[in-house]
Formats: sequence, C-alpha cells, structure tokens
Amino acid sequence: MLSKKEKKLIKEIWERLTPVAEDIGSDALLRMFASYPGTKTYFSHLDISPGSAHLCSHGKKIVLAIAEGAKDISQLTVTLAPLQTLHAYQLRIDPTNFKLLSHCMLVTLACYLGEEFTPVAHAAIDKYLSAFAAVLSEKYR
Amino acid sequence: MVEWTDFERATIQEIFSKIDSGVVGPAALSRCLIVYPWTQRYFGSFGNLYNAAAITSNPKVAAHGKVVIGGLEQAVKNMDDIKTTYKDLSVLHSDKLRVDPDNFNLLADCLTIVVASQMGQAFTPDVQAAFQKFLAVVVASLRKQYH
Repeated sequence: MLSKKEKKLIKEIWERLTPVAEDIGSDALLRMFASYPGTKTYFSHLDISPGSAHLCSHGKKIVLAIAEGAKDISQLTVTLAPLQTLHAYQLRIDPTNFKLLSHCMLVTLACYLGEEFTPVAHAAIDKYLSAFAAVLSEKYR
Repeated sequence: MVEWTDFERATIQEIFSKIDSGVVGPAALSRCLIVYPWTQRYFGSFGNLYNAAAITSNPKVAAHGKVVIGGLEQAVKNMDDIKTTYKDLSVLHSDKLRVDPDNFNLLADCLTIVVASQMGQAFTPDVQAAFQKFLAVVVASLRKQYH
C-alpha cells in the first residue's frame, strides 16, 4: 500500500535518476551478477562484463522502465502491459529473480544517494519495486 | 565448512574495522523496523515505535542495534566456525525469542544497505557479494538450532 506522499517521493527520486539511468542500471545488474551468479544464465547471449555496451544499454532500459512506471503508479498495469507480455512469453525469467534485482537496485541507490536514502525512502521504493515485479509477472500464468 | 577466499576474508575484516558499529547497528535495526513493520512484533517492550522518527530516536532500538552488531563481530572473529560460535544464540532465538528465521534475511538486507550507504562507491559489487555471503553464513548458523 503506497500513500500519496510515498508515490510523490518515488516519482521524484526516479525522475532524478533518469539522466543517470545507464550508471544506475548497469551498477545494479553487476551487483546482481556478482552476488547471485545464477542470474547470469539469462544473459548468455549478451556481453555483461563491466562497462560493456550491452550491460549499459540493458541497465538503462530497465531503469527507464521503472522510472516510467513511477510517473503514475496507479496505472502500472497499463504502462507495463507490453513488458508483461515480453517477460511472460519470451523472456520467461523466473519471478524470484525480480526480488534479487530489486535488492541490488536498492543497494545501488544506497551507494549513490548515501544519507538521502533514508529509511522512509527505502521503504517506499522497496514497496514500489515489489509492486512493479508483481505486475510484471501477472501474465506468467 | 565454509570456504573463504582471501579476498572475502580481507573484505569482511576491513568492513568491520571501517564501519562505526555504534552507528551501523542502530541504523540497520531501525531501518528494518521501518521498512518491514511486521518485524516490530518482536519488540513490544520497546515503547514508541509509532513512526519512522520515533523508531530512529528510540533508545532501546539503538541499544539493541549495538547488541546485534556485537554478535556479528563475534562471527567476524570466528569466521571459520560461525556455526559453533552461534550455537547458543541460535537456541536463544529459537526457544526463547521465537523469532521467525525469515526475519534474519530482512535484517541482513537492511545491514547491507546501511553499510552500502556508509561506504558509497567503495561498496563494489564484489565487496557486496562477499558481505552478503558472510551474512548468509551468519543467518544459516542462526537457523541451525531451530527444531
């Protein structure tokens, strides 16, 4: 359950992160690959070494999608409809992995935002990322 | 037996020598109580946990946060046998405190985030992986005596 205040905070934070989407996204992915090596199995067709073009563009894609969803959280199912189809029928990433990336995204934000990543901001974004992941996996079955 | 690489061993020692345990413990515990409010169920005697501000300034939370970090420091000193080091702690959490062990992961995640925000860019993906491996061993050791 996200309060109005939390939705506003989430929207603001992701708006600020949009210009550095590539840095944030690739950092989160690298963290996930390092801590949870099983996640690399989904990327055998890409070069995911630090600084690679694939890693940067993929990281950017993910962060921009999260930022787009943050603009109007009440419309998440509408905004994510095409991505729902993609993940359910093509990518078929096991949804437990969404939690792993979400956690690493939070760590990236903690490193990037430092003191500003307050417990309240952390809680709001954690809730948002859970909701995002839940919507993303809606078409799985 | 857990196998630690030289990098992992050095990383864990370095993290715990660098962080201010008086700050990190309280910050991690209060963050856990704020981000995962259901964890407050174990802290009924701690007084005012009504909102984030109350939790952050609660002296009992702060004191307990220091106790938790003290426990972790024991694990750091005994990295090659955390299981044995934590035997009594595990029994305590299982039989007396009756904490659902899934909560250990929640606190571990909050600890990771607090250390990350303290260390900033120095908390690289490899450092994070080592730290999370350490916390995973700690959590597994705490779960060991549950029956």
